[in-house]
Amino acid sequence: MPAKSLNISEHYNFYHVNLYKMKSDKFFHLMFLVISASLITACGGGSEKAGGGLESDVASQVYVKPGEYDEFYAFMSGGFSGQITVYGLPSGRLFKTIPVFSVDAEKGYGFNEETKPLLNTSHGFIPWDDSHHPELSQTNGQPDGRWIFINGNNTPRIARVDLTTFETAEIIEIPNCGGNHSSPFTTENSEYVVAGTRFSVPVPQEDVAISTYKDKFKGALTFIGVEDNGAMDISFQVLVPGYDYDLAHAGKGKSHGWMFFSTYNTEQASTLLEVNASQKDKDYIAAVNWKKAEEYIQEGKFQELTSSYLRNYYDEEKQMAFSETKDKVKVLIPEDCPGLIYFLPTPKSPHGVDVDPTGEYIVGNGKLSADMSVHSFDKIVAAIENEAFETTIDGIPVLKYEEIVDGIVQQAGLGPLHTEFDGKGNAYTSFFISSEVVKWDLETKEVVDRSASYYSIGHLMIPGGDSKKPWGKYLVSLNKITKDRYLPTGPELCQSAQLYDISGDKMKLLLDFPTMGEPHYAQALPADLVVPNQVKYYKLEDNHHPHAIKNPTDGRIEREGNEVHVYMGAIRSHFTPDNIEGIKVGDKVYWHITNLEQDWDVPHGFAVMGAQNAELLIMPGQTETLLWEPKKEGVFPFYCTDFCSALHQEMQGYVRVSPQNSSIALKWSLDE
Amino acid sequence: MKNLFYTASLLLFLTGCGGGEKGSAGKTSYAPPKASVEETTTDPMQNKGIGPVKEIQLGEVDQALADAGEEIFTQKCMACHKVDKKFIGPSPKDILDRRSPEWVMNMILNPEEMVQKDPIAKQLLVEANGAPMANQNLTEDDARKVLEYFRTL
Repeated sequence: MPAKSLNISEHYNFYHVNLYKMKSDKFFHLMFLVISASLITACGGGSEKAGGGLESDVASQVYVKPGEYDEFYAFMSGGFSGQITVYGLPSGRLFKTIPVFSVDAEKGYGFNEETKPLLNTSHGFIPWDDSHHPELSQTNGQPDGRWIFINGNNTPRIARVDLTTFETAEIIEIPNCGGNHSSPFTTENSEYVVAGTRFSVPVPQEDVAISTYKDKFKGALTFIGVEDNGAMDISFQVLVPGYDYDLAHAGKGKSHGWMFFSTYNTEQASTLLEVNASQKDKDYIAAVNWKKAEEYIQEGKFQELTSSYLRNYYDEEKQMAFSETKDKVKVLIPEDCPGLIYFLPTPKSPHGVDVDPTGEYIVGNGKLSADMSVHSFDKIVAAIENEAFETTIDGIPVLKYEEIVDGIVQQAGLGPLHTEFDGKGNAYTSFFISSEVVKWDLETKEVVDRSASYYSIGHLMIPGGDSKKPWGKYLVSLNKITKDRYLPTGPELCQSAQLYDISGDKMKLLLDFPTMGEPHYAQALPADLVVPNQVKYYKLEDNHHPHAIKNPTDGRIEREGNEVHVYMGAIRSHFTPDNIEGIKVGDKVYWHITNLEQDWDVPHGFAVMGAQNAELLIMPGQTETLLWEPKKEGVFPFYCTDFCSALHQEMQGYVRVSPQNSSIALKWSLDE
Repeated sequence: MKNLFYTASLLLFLTGCGGGEKGSAGKTSYAPPKASVEETTTDPMQNKGIGPVKEIQLGEVDQALADAGEEIFTQKCMACHKVDKKFIGPSPKDILDRRSPEWVMNMILNPEEMVQKDPIAKQLLVEANGAPMANQNLTEDDARKVLEYFRTL
């Protein structure tokens, strides 16, 4: 009976809030009567009509009973936290922060020796990034639950997260790119994920005057091939004019084989873009025929550019990440490759470019335009055949706007940013300035519904809403500003998501829930595509970490000069060994801890006093390594940080640190 | 006045929708587990434990099987069990004089349920101050090998 309880609590809130504002006894009298009356009504024996009381209907729709599962996994971008957060829908419950581009002391990510290489770049170790767009891998144009990709905007990278472990499996750096924003959108079978540069840069990078922008700066549209095992490598780049490439989406169905990138700053300004990049009435959507690109690569019609970039990957068997440096990239020049790329004029500084489930409609969300242009793929194909070009830029034909536009969604709102689809012929567009979601009919381009968002929506997301077969039951709006929606937390307020029911004709707001970091894009899919594939623990027999121990009798300590390697086992609830002597000030002590448990949900933590990095959080069957450089003499405790059993508090040990010149021999023991 | 208001409101909350909600989550009773364990009067050798293993026939000791069992024991069990003394858990030496073979295998294969329901396992958990027997996810074959190894100790 959620109806009753919600009625009560809503009135309670009302009473509670007003308590601070009004203090007269008369007021209490009145409130008492109101509460009594409402309680009587609320307990009136289920006479409410279905849907009549908004509250009751809404509460039951988002309520997931204790112990029950949500229907969908939602993956939210962490924005400037650099991570991905995992939520359940419809409850809005947060399950996990997956560390991707930023170090995470909670999990030792980027601090332990195993994961440090994941954050290597050609600029060195980078402990942070700005992650915007999670993108689920697809098979036949629908999310398949294998991986989720996400872009690092600042130091251009793409990460792949394995959804059997919810851990970052790979990060590849994107060369010739500045601000990897239009990324990492996937093709129908994740043949490729893409990376379009938001900030054009000198290609190849060189020390030139910024005023040479129009001559020297180029854009790169990068296609990263994804192998069956997930491994990524740069297949090719298309070198394009020095615009800002903003977002992207792949063609699907009939338009499979094409990738669409939106642009702004076709004015090619390098200063005060706020004004100078908004001069033209139309910018472009770049349409790349990547099947054609594959032919040109086959024929050898590419240039090889020297550019250094890193590919970092986690080796499941060795349980550690490795970095490899690459130094060449294949580049296609549009002038040499006719038919490779076309520009679709689109008003005005289009932000999102979104392709409907059939692949026919390409929606340009012209953020500075009052109207939204919807291009037709059929018309684009015809315009190319008829050579209906208005001009050519650097070998790229610009199609005639009138020839390709299918229709215009007129005056739907202010500041359109992104569009998702429900698979039932409707599109949903976010309007930032007017802070609303607008539902419109793809065929007629007519607005059919609108709903306010609180406040300033950026992206929006329907599970599978950018795929061929959306699960069009819910819509999540991802809001930039929350103002008065939550209890305040000082100057910095949370950002938020809002859940709408879109199963009926009218959108219905169900729930607000806070997000971690700025929520840019998100993706969601049914839980049953993910749950059956979960890794529960790592099998000890498959652990080929070079510093693993397979049983506690292998626990030991080895010294090589001032490097000391501690091989330690952890099981409920002790470390083997737990008394260590013979460490000296100035040593570099590598604690290699193997969690010897073979069961689900039994991680062990490891923390040692004075560690200048973080803790370890070691999953069952896994080995992780913490580097510890003791600075002081003394005896220091170490302990398990993750509550593991009734005797967790006893899971502790001591390490003795002696002066640098001491002759104390290495010694280790347990229960001696 | 205000106090009266609080009390009245509170009462309403407490009693608000009291009637006719049988079976709702709030009504299910939760009995805290008892710390003490009832004495077991039955012969421990008749207790086969709770789990997948119902009946084991022991013949001559199969040394190859026992050797395989020793390897598994060393890798998966020795963090808590030593052959020559009680460590975190009991020594497996002469275990088959104290427990039925089925009980031993079920304790290896199904420790969570055993420490909740089996009288001997419950008692052992208390004696170990709550240190749980870890489920190391051995297969039934593996557990059988470990059992054979125990027979050689």
